[in-house]
Amino acid sequence: MRSATNDNSGNRLTQMSSKDEQIDGTPYEGSRVEQSNREVADLAGQEYKYGWSTDIESDTFARGLNEDVVRAISARKGEPEWMTEWRLQAYRAWCGMQEPTWAKVRYARPDFQAISYYSAPKQQENPKSLDEMDPKLIETFEKLGIPLNEQKRLTGVAVDAVFDSVSVATTHRDILGKKGIIFCPISEALREHPELVKKYLGSVVPRGDNFYAALNSAVFSDGSFVYIPKGVKCPMDLSTYFRINAAQTGQFERTLIVADEGAQVSYLEGCTAPKRDENQLHAAVVELVAHAGATIRYSTVQNWYAGDEEGRGGIYNFVTKRGRCEENARISWTQVETGSAITWKYPSCILKGDNAVGEFYSVALTKGCQQADTGTKMLHVGKNTRSTIIAKTISAGRGDSSYRGLVHVAPTAANARSYTQCDSLLIGSQCGAHTFPYLDVRQPSASVEHEASTSKISEEQLFYCQSRGIRPENAISMVVNGFCKEVFDHLPMEFAVEASKLLSVSLEGSVG
Amino acid sequence: MLEIKDLRAAVNGVEILRGLNFSANAGEVHAIMGPNGSGKSTFAHVLSGKAGYEVLPGSQVRFQGRDLLELPAEERARLGLFLAFQYPVEIPGVTNANFLQTAANEIRESRGLDKLDALDFGDFLREKMAYVNVNPVMADRFVNHGFSGGEKKRNEILQLAVLEPSLAILDETDSGLDIDALRIVSEGVNKLRSPDRTFILVTHYQRLLSYVEPDFVHVLYKGQIVKSGGKDLALELEDKGYDWIKEEVDSNG
Amino acid sequence: MAEMLIAWPKALVREGRELPTSGVPGVVTQLRAAGVTQLDGMTAPHKGQEEFRHTNLTALAEPLFRTLARPATLAHESIASWLYPDAAWAQIVFVNGVYCPALSTRRSLPETVYAGGLAEGWTGSHAATLEAHLGSCLGARSTFTALNSALLQDGAFVHVPRNTVLSAPIHCLFISLPQETPVSVHPRNLFVVDEGSEVSILCTYAGLAGKNPVLTNLVEETVLGANTRLDYCKVVQENAIGCHLSTHEVRQERDSRQNAFFASLSGGLVRNQAYTRLAGEGTQCHVSGLYLCDGQRTVDNYLHIAHEQPHGESRIFFKGILEDDSRAVFLGKVHVFPGAQQTDSEQLNNNLLLSERARVNTKPQLEIYADDVKCTHGATVGPPAEESVFYLRSRGISESTARGMLTRGFAEETLEAIRCDEARGRLAGHILDKYQVKR
Repeated sequence: MRSATNDNSGNRLTQMSSKDEQIDGTPYEGSRVEQSNREVADLAGQEYKYGWSTDIESDTFARGLNEDVVRAISARKGEPEWMTEWRLQAYRAWCGMQEPTWAKVRYARPDFQAISYYSAPKQQENPKSLDEMDPKLIETFEKLGIPLNEQKRLTGVAVDAVFDSVSVATTHRDILGKKGIIFCPISEALREHPELVKKYLGSVVPRGDNFYAALNSAVFSDGSFVYIPKGVKCPMDLSTYFRINAAQTGQFERTLIVADEGAQVSYLEGCTAPKRDENQLHAAVVELVAHAGATIRYSTVQNWYAGDEEGRGGIYNFVTKRGRCEENARISWTQVETGSAITWKYPSCILKGDNAVGEFYSVALTKGCQQADTGTKMLHVGKNTRSTIIAKTISAGRGDSSYRGLVHVAPTAANARSYTQCDSLLIGSQCGAHTFPYLDVRQPSASVEHEASTSKISEEQLFYCQSRGIRPENAISMVVNGFCKEVFDHLPMEFAVEASKLLSVSLEGSVG
Repeated sequence: MLEIKDLRAAVNGVEILRGLNFSANAGEVHAIMGPNGSGKSTFAHVLSGKAGYEVLPGSQVRFQGRDLLELPAEERARLGLFLAFQYPVEIPGVTNANFLQTAANEIRESRGLDKLDALDFGDFLREKMAYVNVNPVMADRFVNHGFSGGEKKRNEILQLAVLEPSLAILDETDSGLDIDALRIVSEGVNKLRSPDRTFILVTHYQRLLSYVEPDFVHVLYKGQIVKSGGKDLALELEDKGYDWIKEEVDSNG
Repeated sequence: MAEMLIAWPKALVREGRELPTSGVPGVVTQLRAAGVTQLDGMTAPHKGQEEFRHTNLTALAEPLFRTLARPATLAHESIASWLYPDAAWAQIVFVNGVYCPALSTRRSLPETVYAGGLAEGWTGSHAATLEAHLGSCLGARSTFTALNSALLQDGAFVHVPRNTVLSAPIHCLFISLPQETPVSVHPRNLFVVDEGSEVSILCTYAGLAGKNPVLTNLVEETVLGANTRLDYCKVVQENAIGCHLSTHEVRQERDSRQNAFFASLSGGLVRNQAYTRLAGEGTQCHVSGLYLCDGQRTVDNYLHIAHEQPHGESRIFFKGILEDDSRAVFLGKVHVFPGAQQTDSEQLNNNLLLSERARVNTKPQLEIYADDVKCTHGATVGPPAEESVFYLRSRGISESTARGMLTRGFAEETLEAIRCDEARGRLAGHILDKYQVKR
């Protein structure tokens, strides 16, 4: 079988040994192996640099959830009546559902009546320009590396900035508008393009799909809406940045991306939240629709606050993401998951049309007391459909990661092909990694492959190198390096840099 | 060349080596045997500088005129000490050739010799591989990655041949080997015997000593060498097991 | 149906109390009694149990299996084709589970080694070994293992004492001879390899033609001492209605190596259940297999490897070819205990479907409670790759020849794991015959 750890080329060793020579002659202090293991153990203690909060006056609903709250959210958004009714039906469905318990995560069940379901910074209704916006908001996003104003805004990426329950600004709308591309907050889309929203909302993730999706359908307050017209290739990456700020609120955003026939779009999503001792709930729904021949690339760098060393606080990240591929369409999910106390998320593809392609590339890092149960579902319905799943899991500290993936091949999916590879890397001795692959093949001409590996950076490995003259610090970076490469290669350039930076803060920074 | 006096070492506060005395001269082959849990692997690990062992005060190990216990593992290697691991470690992504070239050059440099470039080292490596009967394709495989048990042990012997140590400690190199693999590994060891190279064979099974004939046999029990003799002692152990030695030691207090 | 599955074993045990008791050692008497007690407290195997989840148990509900096979003798000619011609081998033969000295040859065995019938062995000079190890590996697994213990009568017994390297394999041939009604046989095997020894054991389970099915319910215990090596190859070739259920229990002490192969070539229902405990440090356990299914047959492989100590290496590599309406189940479970650091485990199951109606349930599993381990598992299910067929055709090979070649190649790859040339050659011949080009 194949290498279970990495694929560093031999050249790297030569480079490192020359570095080794430079530091030779430094006084020897204690065992270097022990020292580097301490460094590895220190990983859990990495500082979360987005843990500050913005002091801003908010319009926040009283805590609790009932039909009146659902109606109030809908009214606040000025939604049409059918939408209010849609939400109420979702709410009623949710009332009859049980919170799922099958994921391999342990946490105190949230009290759904102790959460406020709407929180928005107080500002002028629908600011026409950034001048009308609260400067604190602009400052907040600037501090997060997302400048919103004309001079500083990122070139090549259009950003929708979401603060708690509402979208506060969307950049580059002018350029996009010329191509007929719609990129706006979903609440705005409900007012401006109700026919599109009505057609697609809930068409991939039905409002009663699962417990969290139903909750989201009832109370979602904002999110992004994207529509790419027939044959249009989106000229720039689209991006939504989610920021949770208010305490004791949940964020329930809803994203809907529709790529019409032959359209192409690359969409990026980033998220952070302040450090708080309480757990906060984030239950999002993302729906992707790729019409015939369309391509959607959806990339996530998730860095919600993960809680402290002892597991206090942090975001509960319960997300339903799913895309539908028509004939010859392609949906590619790439995610780098480094945050959240609990992650429960399975970006999936329904490969409905013939020759449709679904891809899932994931790096999930858990450290401290983080737990992640994540993976994907690939549902092969059309003929000649193909799916690729590459999942890399890194567990450090007391982190616990599970890969859970389903490959389902329906009787209609003649000649479907699926390939799964899931690799786990353990750092330290108190973490855990698990894989739960489910293969359900009902079509004999299908070819389904699955590979999994679990490995650890071990003291033995470090000592072996040392006893032959190689520094253990370098051995660690050798193993970690390259482990994630296959996934990073699938991120858009701008995001790949951010993702590897995020990971290096967590991992390689400590082994220098 | 190696002088050990009153070596005491503990793991997690439990004393495993309890006043071990041992000495070896250049060119000698010593076998260290003993029942399960007598401290054999601890002995090999402490000499090579593995972390996780607490060497207790008063212990003395002199090797080539230096205080061995002061040195980190890589300096012990440069001084001429080599440990063949009981469980050789895999390093995926790093070829055997690259690994050995790096290590060999570090050692050469510390001895004031010129480094070998890739071409010269390639020739040197091929020569050594032929000498100890190792298939040349091993050079391009990742260090111990996907090797069978026998291949891993042969790779340790190849490393021994390439790094040319003055003291080679073989930690249970014979464990888990088929009779054929045992013969090949033993042949390699026999070829590498020389008047200026000392071997310490740490072994659990008497079978090895039918293939590599030791000059001295020592029995390690409860962290001390309790009996030493010539190769006949190994035969006696094969016949009678360890119980008679245990009884002798335990009754003497 | 489910009730029948427990009813006939219980009825059989009541009848089986008339087993001969004279000269029987204490350990056997105890095992029989324990089997009866276990069976009393048991319910029928059912699909709710993980190990039976995908297995069609209907064939086993045959009430007449409560009839024990009568002892029988056979002429040498009727079994000759199953034996290996090499005279240097010890070949011990069993007919319906009972040892037949007249059909066996043991001349070439060293005097210190024992290979023969279990019942013969419990009176001879290896009796102490037998008493020390019989029953020592077996837990309370299922109705069938309990039934086997309750009816413990005979089977194969091999004992290789210390530091003995046997160059020739030992062949154990088990013949199922159909009778006037369906019958069952319950052989019990015990293989003991003492420290520093190496041996190769081949087991063939062959069914002669007949109108009624024979159920073979085998339990086999293997004890590998320190620094030993066992090469093991089991071939099941029961007749088309024969049922073969087996439970293999292996315990490996430190530095021991096991290289096992399970070939399931024919039989109406074949189920191999193999449990290995890696009870010492530095052990190695390689288990591979090949199953060929056609018609309405079911082949079921259940493998369980427990890494209890550090530095263990395990490999599970099984392949299957399915035709017609056949069914295969593969369940591989690697369990790494806390503290079993540096465990290195790989698992792979590949299935080739030659029919749209054939079905495979495959489930490689890992259960890991140690942190410093390297474990991989993989599974594939699919038809022959059309690209490969096309590649061969583009070189002028006809489609049917191309498919035959690819199928044979798929199967033969597994045989590389078998060290015994004769056994490998015989299996390769079988594959060649079975997947001849069909014109």
